Amino acid sequence: MSTDTPAELAQKALSIRRSIIAMLAHAQSGHTAGALGMADVFAVLYFAVANLDPRHPDKEDRDRILLSNGHICPVLYATLAEAGFFEKKDLYTLRQLDSRLQGHPHVGSLPGVENTSGPLGLGLSQACGLALAFQRDNKTNRVFCLMSDAELQEGQVWEALMFAGKYQLKQLTAVIDRNDIQISGSTNEVMSLEPLKQKLESFNWQVLEVEGHDFGQLIHAFHAASQTEYPTALICHTVPGKGVDFMENRFEWHGKAPTKEQAEQALAQLEQEPDD
Amino acid sequence: MTEKIKTTRDGFGRGLVEAAQKNQLIVGLNADLTDSTRMSAFAQQFPDRFVQVGVAEQNLAGVAAGFALAGKIPFAASYACFQPANCWGVIRTSIAYSNLNVKLVGGHAGLATGEDGATHQSLEDIALMRVLPNMTVIVPADGEEARKATLAAATHQGPVYLRTSKLETGVLTTPETPFDIGRAVLLRPGHTLTLVACGVMVARALQASARLEELGMSAAVLNMHTIKPLDIRALAMALERSPYLITLEDHQAAGGLGSAVAEYLSQQRKEFRLKIMAVKDTFGQSGQGNQLLDYYGLGVEQIIHTSQRVCAFNNCRSDSLNMLGLK
Repeated sequence: MSTDTPAELAQKALSIRRSIIAMLAHAQSGHTAGALGMADVFAVLYFAVANLDPRHPDKEDRDRILLSNGHICPVLYATLAEAGFFEKKDLYTLRQLDSRLQGHPHVGSLPGVENTSGPLGLGLSQACGLALAFQRDNKTNRVFCLMSDAELQEGQVWEALMFAGKYQLKQLTAVIDRNDIQISGSTNEVMSLEPLKQKLESFNWQVLEVEGHDFGQLIHAFHAASQTEYPTALICHTVPGKGVDFMENRFEWHGKAPTKEQAEQALAQLEQEPDD
Repeated sequence: MTEKIKTTRDGFGRGLVEAAQKNQLIVGLNADLTDSTRMSAFAQQFPDRFVQVGVAEQNLAGVAAGFALAGKIPFAASYACFQPANCWGVIRTSIAYSNLNVKLVGGHAGLATGEDGATHQSLEDIALMRVLPNMTVIVPADGEEARKATLAAATHQGPVYLRTSKLETGVLTTPETPFDIGRAVLLRPGHTLTLVACGVMVARALQASARLEELGMSAAVLNMHTIKPLDIRALAMALERSPYLITLEDHQAAGGLGSAVAEYLSQQRKEFRLKIMAVKDTFGQSGQGNQLLDYYGLGVEQIIHTSQRVCAFNNCRSDSLNMLGLK
């Protein structure tokens, strides 16, 4: 799965965003803003960085991508379908009875889903366990943990940050979606995280900050994360709702799905070729 | 194996080393209670398979889940009042719902913990773990059984909760006593009534049964070491012998062994008389472990007295409801 040029990645991200809108409109519930905001990061990670094989989703030497903020799973499902882990038509079973696409992801239910998540703050600990297991076995698998910024308000995350620092889990990369919103409003107002970079550095992590919609920056940062002796936190500044003008930076779209009409408007906006 | 194992925590420690010798996939994780949960022998013999997590039980459970995702068989140990109590949500989502092969050990459980007082006497952990789908719950009666339970947990596929205690129980089982998860052991036959016990209460049930025999009552002792899955076959056989049952546990009455047995019995058509002997909706306090068990109504004398009453009165069902605060 290697798609290296920014133009190709932009095409993948556009397709992922279209799937997100379509599946959420069909499901009539779910989380839109965060899913759209992370589409570019997912495109880079799945198509340009991680060692994965959709035909052999359980292969031993694969990198592990854990989604900790499970509510943005439409972007995970859309990306997995885009990569060929399962058929795209299955996306329309999201949140339905007996679907493999649960409202929050469940490990074992769907190829490519590596962990169960939903309650915030659980993912990084599991990523730490995986990374330390690989380190102890002298295996080179990388572990990526995709997280929200507000999720850092959970105490367990800081237990895990301390743990990764102690054990120098250099194979671990925490990808933090710094979109500055959470369910009740702005992250800064609900419970400020700043100075985030300094806090993470003080836990013995390498911290990189990137513009989360810049494919070149993202590719470079994921590479830099593989070249250090420390765990890496990748703070990705993203725009929630990215790509749909009436959703961008609107926290009310955190936990809402578009109506049929809104979905049509959104899909119309997602037809244009991306700028870069 | 000449030296007798005195406590269930020692049995766990012994069993973990044996299991680790047999299977390289086993790892041990601890939240800064390595010695008192008896993981230190394992940590010394297998330093590269031991993980010190620090005082962080949520991370303990989460990191254990991560090791299981990597194909390992993690044993994560702390005190029961911290694990599961401080990390139940992590266990629920990251381990039970994910059906991961994680073995959780809750040490220093129950009033048997003694002098540390109510904060450290977990009386809720059986209930907390029993309600989780996919979870197996084991409460061994003595050190030897805890050793075997640890070995059985290591080979069982799926999440397991093993409850251990620091109280010396005496030697109740031998290396030859069978141990299978979900299969209760009839330690003492009897036809007047059945004492269904787990953990540290098994020793007391045996003592009470011996005394009752002198008084002309034949009390069977069923060691229900696995609370989940409950051995309903053994309970059905007990009812064949006698309708009188008393459950015994170092745990709250609500949600523990007695509740599990009551749930089963409520679905049966057979006549039964059940008395749940457990801690009655209260916290513990400081004191010696054995002293506390007596103080909170779980002494041998109380078991004898209750046995006599259960078999003498007709209306024990309402009595047990009363005990649970339901009447």
